[in-house]
Amino acid sequence: MITKDYLIAAAEGLHARPATNLIRLAKKYKSTASLSKGDKTVKLNSMLNILSLALKGGDAITIIVEGEDEAEAAAAIDIFFTEELKNL
Amino acid sequence: MAIIKGIGASPGIAIGRALVIKKQVAEVTGAALRDEDEIQSEIAKFKKAVQSSVDEVEVIKHNLLAAGDESAAEILETQIELLQDEQIKDDVIEKIAAEKKNANDAVIEVIDGAVEIFSTMKDEYFSARAADVQDAGDRILKHINKSFSSKQIIPENTIIIAKDIAPTDTVTMDITRVCGFATQAGGKTSHAAIIARAKDIAAVVGCGSELTVIQNDDIVIVDGLDGTIIVNPSAGEVATYTQKKKELAEKAALLKKLKNVKAITRDEVAINLFANIANAADMEDSLNYGAEGSGLLRTELLFMGRDALPTEDEQFEFYKNVALKANGKPVIVRTLDIGGDKHLPYFNLPAEQNPFLGYRAIRICLDRKDIFAAQLKAILRASVFGDLAIMFPMISNVQELRQAKQALEEAKQELSTQQVAFNTNIQVGIMIEIPSAAVTADILAKEVDFFSIGTNDLCQYTLAVDRMSEQVKHLYDPFNPGVLRLIQNVIDQGNKHKIHTGMCGEMAGDTGATLLLLGMGLTDFSMSASAIPYVKNIINNASMATARQICADVMAMSSSQDIINYLQQVTKQ
Repeated sequence: MITKDYLIAAAEGLHARPATNLIRLAKKYKSTASLSKGDKTVKLNSMLNILSLALKGGDAITIIVEGEDEAEAAAAIDIFFTEELKNL
Repeated sequence: MAIIKGIGASPGIAIGRALVIKKQVAEVTGAALRDEDEIQSEIAKFKKAVQSSVDEVEVIKHNLLAAGDESAAEILETQIELLQDEQIKDDVIEKIAAEKKNANDAVIEVIDGAVEIFSTMKDEYFSARAADVQDAGDRILKHINKSFSSKQIIPENTIIIAKDIAPTDTVTMDITRVCGFATQAGGKTSHAAIIARAKDIAAVVGCGSELTVIQNDDIVIVDGLDGTIIVNPSAGEVATYTQKKKELAEKAALLKKLKNVKAITRDEVAINLFANIANAADMEDSLNYGAEGSGLLRTELLFMGRDALPTEDEQFEFYKNVALKANGKPVIVRTLDIGGDKHLPYFNLPAEQNPFLGYRAIRICLDRKDIFAAQLKAILRASVFGDLAIMFPMISNVQELRQAKQALEEAKQELSTQQVAFNTNIQVGIMIEIPSAAVTADILAKEVDFFSIGTNDLCQYTLAVDRMSEQVKHLYDPFNPGVLRLIQNVIDQGNKHKIHTGMCGEMAGDTGATLLLLGMGLTDFSMSASAIPYVKNIINNASMATARQICADVMAMSSSQDIINYLQQVTKQ
């Protein structure tokens, strides 16, 4: 299992469009990826759940990845949060 | 048979079958499933409905992409993801299997629950996603209950009857077979009217609640010229209107022949006829009507229908595509004009008492320098691919203009430092749509390369009339002598200072105003592409001498009713 903390880098927050990209990215891997904010944890396979967290710019979150290809999946998600999100 | 009067918003006559668009609401049946077979069959029904929904949206998306409308297609990606949402799927299947509910009831309950969560959120953006979730649910329900989704495909010769038509409806609706619109709400400048004119669809808007008498499949005649709707007409009326439609079509065909003919008055004064456009596809389309370029590229659509600001690169691609499609012809790019009635979901504009008098257009751009700089740099970078000019909206005084020009200089310098190519002599102009700008045109003319008169806002600001207000919209009148005097001043000052003076408001495409504007000395007219041949026909049959005389006569009249009657009479001749 790999866990890592992030701050939401997009000023507007994690809106529908970046959420769509994130879900599609997570779906490429066999591992299960989840996102925690405070005491709530949701899987990265549901737009409804991600949007229901109403993640805003600057919010602190934790990503948890678990499964056979967790290293690759975590690396891809890392790029998403550290680089791509700012530009979406 | 019934006759309903409204406002003719897009010229043309349509005879077709009514398709009444209303929000269809699926109801909970309360049925309990009896055995495992029924459970499995309902689960299968749900999954099939999801797949059909996704397929349906994919087709719409494909069509939008083919039409070059990438930003609209992108909205649908989110819709597709929501339709396939794992959480919704699990919850629905759980309700079917454990609670023995049918697919319809299970979907309604799950979607209602999710909508409830979103609509109670404080954040405006996330709370507005309730509508997306509802939209996904409605689409799945439509496929579960095939019975109430009367028609998936809009048949030929459909007349859409609706309360109003919103921008999102025209994104998801296949309007290629629609021949007419009739709406309860709206005016000549509402979204339905603008779309109808752009797509050559006959439209009557602002019909009021009388429109509710129309049922699906009623035969309806839409006369977008004089604003009449006839429901279930007699055979005689169908014959009359078929003949009228034929005459119109012949006239339109004739006018299309004017496509490659220049707009020149009989005494050989050349006039420029441009199109108002919103994207590269419009640019391409407008050339078929003989547009000599675009006098107004609205950039709002690039910022709307998405959930974050477009990046400089995205904007660059957009402007570049328009420039390339224009094929060397001039295109005036208007910088962002949001606020007023146009909002961006991801950009929280303050709630205001008077949004049209508030934080909008250049006022936002001068405040949010980051947004402005990205747009200016993108336009500059695209300026090497065609003849682009920059136009600032909502300028009320010379300080604002100087600040905007300063921002442009900074953008140029930044690009120069990075050694990025752009047109260093790019033309800069302003919209004249605030009365103070029209009155001080002599001052502003010294600082710009061109003026473009925005008659819609100029008229509403001059007359203090909200054109969306049912009670006062009859006062909205571009032929009010006060408005005409302002327009005359702008044109006079523009010509005196030898800068281009154009007009990009609705009035520029109004054939009833053509002779008057010509006589006032206007040389650049920018309008809906489909209006170009009509205006050109009038110009080519007129002389400047007559037009000047008409203008002098009009300026001596005291009421707009006299002016309108007089112009109608002289235009017919």
